Amino acid sequence: MKPAAFDYFAPGTVDEALGLLADYGGDAKPLAGGQSLVPTMNFRLAQPAVLVDLNGIEELFFIREEEGGLRCGAMTRQRSVERSALVQRISPLLHEAMPHIAHSQIRNRGTIGGSLAHADPAAELPVLAVALDARMYVRSVTDARWVSARDFYMGLFATAMLPEEMLVEVAFPTLPSGSGWAFDEVARQHGNYAMCGAAAVVGLDGRRVVERARLVFLSVGEGPVEAEQAAALLVGEQPNAEAIRAAAETAATQDIDPVGDIHAGPAFRRHLARVIAERVLTRACERAAGTEGQ
Amino acid sequence: MSTRQFGQPIKRNEDPRLLAGRALFTDDVQLAGMLHVAFLRSDLAHARIRSIDLGGAKERPGVAAVYTADDLGEYWQPGPLLVPPPPVGQLEFHPRTQVPLAKDKVRHAGEAVAVVVAESRYLAEDELDDIFVDYEPLDAVVDLEDALESGTPLVHDDLGHNINARGTQTKGDWAQAEDAADLVIRRRFHYDRGTAAAIENRGIVASWDDKSQQLTIWDTTQAPIAIRNGLAGMLGLSEHQVRVIAPFIGGGFGPKIMMFYPEEVLLAWATLQLGRPLKWIEDREENFYATTQERGQVHDATMALKNDGTVLGIKDVFLHDAGAYAPYGLTLPISSQCTLLGPYVVPEYHSEFTSVFTNKPIVTPYRGAGRQHGVFVMERLLDIAAKELGIDPISIRRKNYIQPDQFPYSNEIIFQDFTQLTYDSGNYEPALDRALELIGYQDFIRENQPRREAVGERVGISVVSYIEGTGIGPYEGARVTVEASGKVSVATGVGTQGQGHYTSFAQVVADQIGVAASDVHVVTGDTDLFYWGAGTFASRGAVVAGNAMHAAATKVRDKILKMAGEKLEAAEEDLELIEGRVQVKGVPQTSISIGELAVEANPMRGAVRPGTEPGLEATEYYGPERGATASGVHAMILRVDPETFLLEIEKYVVVHDCGTVINPLILEGQIQGGVAQGIGNAFYEQLHFDENGALRNASLMDYLLPTAADVPNIVSDHMETPSPLNPLGVKGAGEAGAIPVGALFAQALDNAFRDIGLEVREIPLSPNRLFELVTEASARGNA
Ligand SMILES: Cc1cc2nc3c(=O)[nH]c(=O)nc-3n(C[C@H](O)[C@H](O)[C@H](O)COP(=O)(O)OP(=O)(O)OC[C@H]3O[C@@H](n4cnc5c(N)ncnc54)[C@H](O)[C@@H]3O)c2cc1C
Repeated sequence: MKPAAFDYFAPGTVDEALGLLADYGGDAKPLAGGQSLVPTMNFRLAQPAVLVDLNGIEELFFIREEEGGLRCGAMTRQRSVERSALVQRISPLLHEAMPHIAHSQIRNRGTIGGSLAHADPAAELPVLAVALDARMYVRSVTDARWVSARDFYMGLFATAMLPEEMLVEVAFPTLPSGSGWAFDEVARQHGNYAMCGAAAVVGLDGRRVVERARLVFLSVGEGPVEAEQAAALLVGEQPNAEAIRAAAETAATQDIDPVGDIHAGPAFRRHLARVIAERVLTRACERAAGTEGQ
Repeated sequence: MSTRQFGQPIKRNEDPRLLAGRALFTDDVQLAGMLHVAFLRSDLAHARIRSIDLGGAKERPGVAAVYTADDLGEYWQPGPLLVPPPPVGQLEFHPRTQVPLAKDKVRHAGEAVAVVVAESRYLAEDELDDIFVDYEPLDAVVDLEDALESGTPLVHDDLGHNINARGTQTKGDWAQAEDAADLVIRRRFHYDRGTAAAIENRGIVASWDDKSQQLTIWDTTQAPIAIRNGLAGMLGLSEHQVRVIAPFIGGGFGPKIMMFYPEEVLLAWATLQLGRPLKWIEDREENFYATTQERGQVHDATMALKNDGTVLGIKDVFLHDAGAYAPYGLTLPISSQCTLLGPYVVPEYHSEFTSVFTNKPIVTPYRGAGRQHGVFVMERLLDIAAKELGIDPISIRRKNYIQPDQFPYSNEIIFQDFTQLTYDSGNYEPALDRALELIGYQDFIRENQPRREAVGERVGISVVSYIEGTGIGPYEGARVTVEASGKVSVATGVGTQGQGHYTSFAQVVADQIGVAASDVHVVTGDTDLFYWGAGTFASRGAVVAGNAMHAAATKVRDKILKMAGEKLEAAEEDLELIEGRVQVKGVPQTSISIGELAVEANPMRGAVRPGTEPGLEATEYYGPERGATASGVHAMILRVDPETFLLEIEKYVVVHDCGTVINPLILEGQIQGGVAQGIGNAFYEQLHFDENGALRNASLMDYLLPTAADVPNIVSDHMETPSPLNPLGVKGAGEAGAIPVGALFAQALDNAFRDIGLEVREIPLSPNRLFELVTEASARGNA
């Protein structure tokens, strides 16, 4: 469990880092919190020839409000996001979900950008990004572009980024008024990757009818999985228990096609998806209607 | 009189050092010129080795040596059979033991094929990538039942079958029980493998000093003396040339008593070849393959009963997973056979096992060691019988307990220590009553459970009993010495892995010598400081080494009194030992310190009387005629989330009887740690092998250990039924916490889902498995 040999660079700016990525291309990997990369290197599953350590790039550490939305630098520690009052105010769903990521020790090192870039199908942040319509700011030496979260995720540990590109920043838009949100997951033990989890965002119109709904799962596919049919079922409905149950049922039986692993077989995953979908949709609708806890 | 320290909850002598990081562990050993070792391990569980291409590995800078089986010459030998078969009547036995490096064939994933020695572990692991082994993959033997079918691949080709052993033990005549029965129940039970996952993996530092012609080995072993003797023999050295030190060890749990792991044999040999010290520290991934595991068994069990719940007899036929090699003989299946009988009267018993070779890592005892399975089968049979007879699970246990006046109680079959299975003492019903009281059984059944079930909660209760054969022979020894400072030093051969030996042994000695336990310095696990002994296993340290301590300390006490009597001109009966001094009873003015006596007992000039032994020192040995039988009752209230199938243990009670208690604080720690391990075994920990024998969860990310959040506060109480077999009256306690937990989970879950007739017949469980079982039971109910 010792990594193979690699060269190590510690650039001080994004431009320097991008230069290194351009020079070494696919042989190089950015090192963020190291919480996923270092274990894979120790198992020798990843053997990058070059590590470009982002930890010394101050311009990548920030959380700020901009254009009414939330902006986080890629190297912002997960723990900083969790504890930020700004995040809690502008993006309460993100705030609610952060404690579900691993253990606090890991969140102290792990970064928002590292998790988003890693694209683990069991990870929370990619699901939240899709649920919240986040946009990723991706740069290379020659190019800079914004990619929507939906387009960013391309399958198992795969994103729209090219090897010489780097995730620099992520933007979470503010939810319109009349929105409700919720996140929940079921893990075998606190801090473990979840067997299933989901984020829901629901918007009600003036007559308290659902006009927008989004339900996104983790751990049921190769990346964040949107339950589109379930969401469509809810739109136009008064949010009541029956409608939510039907949507959850559709999500679990139509929208997802989970495979099993040693912790949860496909049937159990579907079962959990139904349970969690019902929980998050209920809570999101209550929050949207302002009836939470009533 | 100074207060008695035996029996007191004294804080542990070793903890300040452990907590401050000032205790020596194997990986702390740093020697000048030390090289590091890595092993090339097979990815395949079963394959023929066509050839090995070192691919220039030896030429890489920083590499000192690369060895394969062929390089070992005559030194390449299968390991010894550690435990010969006990004299069980009907027995067929085909021992096959592990080899230092696989030669023609690999028999389990992770089996070592080559060794690399290099300047650093990093370089050594880089080298592993250079070596190419040309394998011919073979079908793997994974499932126990498949292993016995004809046409199945063979783990050991020369055997012609996959049977490691078959053995039958009987008591009375099962057929009679079956004939006389009102009810006969038959069930199949599965118990699957886990790994001990000690916080410290294994490690070895081996150093040959050419000038002193001494080999020193630091080894995370539970049996340093046996390692010394064995390695000396293999290497052609005198035992005095080999010193094995088992320093502080972060958990043993059994697998670290597996003697002559390939790494132990190879590092000792390679340091002699290279003349440089070598270090190998097992990493967590290796630990999942290269350290032994336990617990795969399948039981077909039948119980015969009277309508009133009286057990007439049991027939049990089971398969035992031995893994790829079986160095430990029959210890585990025999332990299962014996422990199954529990605290109950079982007049007729027929037990038949087949131990099976599979292409999985080696199996040797792991905390509980065969007992979990036996207890699971017995307790499940009682639960199922009670259900069928309409008796409550408490009454059926009470009805069948061996009564206090029936001891010593013989079960007639042979135990793992080769003697007839005989319980020395016990008193089971009071422990049961105490557990019922502590768990609040009546209140739960009558009030709490119905009220909560009415609002859709799922809650269950369980109560199980078990016995544990502990403190087996052959023997241990101890040397007690009073030093000039008045402090006492004690040496014994057993190794220590966190059991609190530095304190409980000190307490045993302190009372005899009249000093504080903190003034007794215990040395364990260094073969140069104590020559003889067997090791730490089978809950035997306190019983066997503890009584040796007691004997040696008593002898030193006699020496002190004799000498002091002469000095103080008093009769020995008139003297007492208090706070490091001997004084005439009630006359502190007439006294002498034991330190002064120790100096006088070692004269530097002049003459002594013929026959005089120097010093205030004695060495004594203790070997029990047979083991002591501890017992206990565990009870639990379990809440199941009916939607997620996650569990919450609301209350956990242990009432335990291990005879006389030396240190209640240490005992508490032993029990709690054991329960935590049992909880892991019941609901979190499972090794998932695929059909090719590959392990799918060889990391702590996917092999789930119980965390602090999963282990409840444990309410415990202790009964003391002393063992009549040893002077201290103690019984072992090391494994007790872990043994009955699977049975306890099963009963609680059955209880929580009794409306759908859930019947759990396997361990380990998981939320996923519970979901499947509940879904099946509901479907059966609705069909
Ligand atoms: C015990 C344990 C439990 C965990 N449990 C969870 C959990 O429950 N949920 C969860 O979501 N995660 C979990 N994690 C993972 C953790 O959240 C990681 O922090 C996260 O996956 C990666 O973030 P990082 O900053 O550590 O990235 P790193 O490990 O440094 O990098 C991850 C990958 O992303 C790439 N990368 C990093 N930054 C960038 C960038 N700016 N641009 C382009 N590529 C980049 C790296 O090259 C690498 O390939 C767990 C980890 C551990 C060790």
